[in-house]
Amino acid sequence: MEKIKEKSLYDELVSKGISRRDFLKFCTIMGGFFGLQQSGIAQIVEAFENKPKKHVLWYHFQECTCCSESFLRASHPIVEQILLEMISLDYTDTLMAAAGKQAEDVRRKALEEYYGKYIMVVEGAIPTGNPGYCTIAGEDALSLFEEGAKGAEAIIAWGNCASAGCIQAAYPNPTGARPVHKLFSGKPIINVQGCPPIADVMAGVITYIVTFGRLPELDNAGRPSNFYARRVHDSCYRRPAYDAGLFVQSFDDENAKKGYCLYYMGCKGPNTYNSCAIIKWNEGVSYPIQSGHGCIGCSESGFWDYKPMYRHLSNIHGIGIESTADKIGGILTGVAVGGIAAHAAATNIIKHKLIKNRMDDISLNVEEYERDKELSEKGNSCGISDDNSLTDGKQLK
Amino acid sequence: MQRVVVDPVTRIEGHLRIEAEIENGIIKKAFSSGTMVRGIEIIARDRDPREVWAYVGRVCGVCTSIHSLCSVRSVENALGIVVPPNAERVRSLMQIALTLQDHITHFYQLQGFDWIDVVSALKADPAESAAIAQSMSDWDKNSTGYFKDVQRKLKNFVDAGSLGIFANGYWGNPLYKLPPAVNLIGTAHYLDALEIQKEIVKVQTIFGGKNPHPNYLVGGMACAVDINSPNAINMERLSFVAEIIELGMEFVNKVYLPDVLAIASYYPEWTQYGGGVVNYLSYGDYPTGSYGETSTYKSPRGIVMGRNLNEVAEFDPYDMDGLKEFVYNSWYDYSAGRDKGLHPSVGETRLDYSGPKPPYSWLGGDKPYSWIKTPRYKGAAMETGPLARFAVGLASGRDDYREITDRCLKKLGVTRKALFSTIGRILARAMEATLIASWQKEFYIQLVENIKSGDERMFNGIYWEPESWPESVQGVGLAEAPRGSLAHYVDIRDKKVCNYQMVVPTTWNASPRDANGQLSPFEASLVGTPVINPEVPLEILRTIHSFDPCMACAVHTYDETGEHVHRISVL
Repeated sequence: MEKIKEKSLYDELVSKGISRRDFLKFCTIMGGFFGLQQSGIAQIVEAFENKPKKHVLWYHFQECTCCSESFLRASHPIVEQILLEMISLDYTDTLMAAAGKQAEDVRRKALEEYYGKYIMVVEGAIPTGNPGYCTIAGEDALSLFEEGAKGAEAIIAWGNCASAGCIQAAYPNPTGARPVHKLFSGKPIINVQGCPPIADVMAGVITYIVTFGRLPELDNAGRPSNFYARRVHDSCYRRPAYDAGLFVQSFDDENAKKGYCLYYMGCKGPNTYNSCAIIKWNEGVSYPIQSGHGCIGCSESGFWDYKPMYRHLSNIHGIGIESTADKIGGILTGVAVGGIAAHAAATNIIKHKLIKNRMDDISLNVEEYERDKELSEKGNSCGISDDNSLTDGKQLK
Repeated sequence: MQRVVVDPVTRIEGHLRIEAEIENGIIKKAFSSGTMVRGIEIIARDRDPREVWAYVGRVCGVCTSIHSLCSVRSVENALGIVVPPNAERVRSLMQIALTLQDHITHFYQLQGFDWIDVVSALKADPAESAAIAQSMSDWDKNSTGYFKDVQRKLKNFVDAGSLGIFANGYWGNPLYKLPPAVNLIGTAHYLDALEIQKEIVKVQTIFGGKNPHPNYLVGGMACAVDINSPNAINMERLSFVAEIIELGMEFVNKVYLPDVLAIASYYPEWTQYGGGVVNYLSYGDYPTGSYGETSTYKSPRGIVMGRNLNEVAEFDPYDMDGLKEFVYNSWYDYSAGRDKGLHPSVGETRLDYSGPKPPYSWLGGDKPYSWIKTPRYKGAAMETGPLARFAVGLASGRDDYREITDRCLKKLGVTRKALFSTIGRILARAMEATLIASWQKEFYIQLVENIKSGDERMFNGIYWEPESWPESVQGVGLAEAPRGSLAHYVDIRDKKVCNYQMVVPTTWNASPRDANGQLSPFEASLVGTPVINPEVPLEILRTIHSFDPCMACAVHTYDETGEHVHRISVL
């Protein structure tokens, strides 16, 4: 682990025999990926030419490693190269060669050497019940998390576990599992939502940060708006069927074969902000709705307690969610990493309460949920939503 | 006596801690501990049984989809649903995609660094690597130029200063025996495996919409078939699947298995270590008929006792005295006493964390030391996984298992006894990959033939509506996960899940010793292994990694009466 002068990505590409012309072309592609104007591309070029590798420490707590697995599926080949070459992934217990003491030595060294400069990546929720619920190297998850967060420049919360608690935080949350933002504030936190997030979204977020030296715009749930600004429903290729009133009524029926809308099969696309229908999964092969199953809403907080999965209840996490989002407020823009981190932190703190509300929308809606559940159980319980919510949906157009 | 702790055991799924006591350079005692708990079985309670596949699917994202498959099987078993042939075939295609991806990723990304010295690859002569690789197979990337490029990439990476995931590895350790040229081949294939595993999982994306965590459906699959529709499983989608199957077959036959054989030939001593327990369990899987027809399974069901490959004992999931879980050395309690075992259909889990308050330095000894329960079949400890499937396949007299085993063992110049070792376990996984890759093609042909015959059904909705369910019903779902035998037991009452229990492969393998002091596979496999330098216990990693541990799977229970249970937090 001797220290050598760190190269920029451009240096590396040049040493690989890649021409400046190809390099600029690549930057333009990356710009396109993030929807940038020509002026923005200059920024990418500048960043790649001069910035050394960013150090990244990837922590695992209460999780199933699906985020790491998804990350491995990142499909734009050059993006994958960047991840091997542009960041220095110093600690990740899924992939690192060292184990035990040797792994811990690497982590401690990085914590010290890059204090205030590294990106902390968290995969998994953190149990706040008994400290024995999750220990690594004999230390409890919460202490490890706090130690890592203290010296981080920013924290990326990978997936629904770190962003919102996910499965282990579902009712009755037996271990007191908590997401990152509930346990720590004062530094930029970026919630890369999904169970897991789409591989290219994960790669895209990292590339964005390294390229621009700041976090992407965040929506009011702390998610990067370049990937989470649109509802799955609004970008779904089956949307015209919805608009025309053409619905699948039962799995595998004639309408399912025709690819009609899965609303009556309980599809949560209307309640879910994600890029599934745009970027799609695994190199654009498909996404849940395209393969015939409704969206289960995995990039939203508390989605495990939405229930039911195969039908809609009126007014619960329903199409009306947009009005909730509007009420809570605008988008957090340009949260910076680095020089203007202090400003970013301030912005984050001011918005903190709002973000918190939005992120906990299951809590916000808990009363409404109970009421609706009661109503629905009294009334029609065989899987067909009432006309009311459909009308709501139409008004959104 | 010297104590060694490996925590975190990296390059696995989840949180595993291994403690060992070493005397005169030999491991005398070993303790395997799962150090994280989430409580998914409790969370599954009171849910709609049709939805539970999604919840329990999140037990694991590495062996993604297998818990969902096992869950829909358990609910279908409870409700008496037989799924259409197309859905069975699609499920097998997806299961094989998972297992192939998992085995390949395990060998290269997770286990590889135990045997391949990446830094040594810098010293290799790429022409020599190419010559060796060409002697192993006719893969089209076996050229000097290719290995030269990989070496240059590696050199640039090392020269850039930040070693990232390679930092502080065991490079240069005398335990590495491969010549530089073979290390370069291994390193090149590490990068190739990263690419190929992305392709293999696309079978899951096509039928299940995404990977990790594709969608399943009680009663069949959600992907409707209509070869004349642009919006269903049509000819384009089917051809896509066929293409991926060919890619997978090529990689396992031309790269993965030859690499394992080449690497194994440099480590003959590792066919002596790591054997562990002597009993092997497989529930069997990959039906060519329906899931209920166990006689149609490509991978047979059964138990091999005492490594006797001439006899197969029966496994009965319903035998209340057969499969039992114990908690004697786990952080749980039972109402009938800690020394009793319970069949999972009446499983009970009460939290009883009696471990030290963190930070701690040593867990092993006389007190409970793990979040993993201890499963036994009729009191016996069992290994499960690819090696167990091979033991049962061979003992059942299956030709396909016998043919590939004999061919590979002959190449290595060893007998069947060598299978029961660290290397044997790694080899079984690679041999299984080639076997199931060819089965995947057979299942594909079966699917297409069935569609061709006019059967496009993908879903059996006969008992979809809860109104059609009995008031109280129980079911069991079994599956062979990449890491071994998986069982889900479901108890449905009042249209809801009233109890859900999972007995998971790594629970069998990584569990603590039982009340009689009988060791489970991880611990047994470490005892007797020499460790040259206890400061750098690479030997422990080699054997533990050969099981491909999956800790999130192994630990998933929690008692609802735990002190920290609370409802959704309200601000």
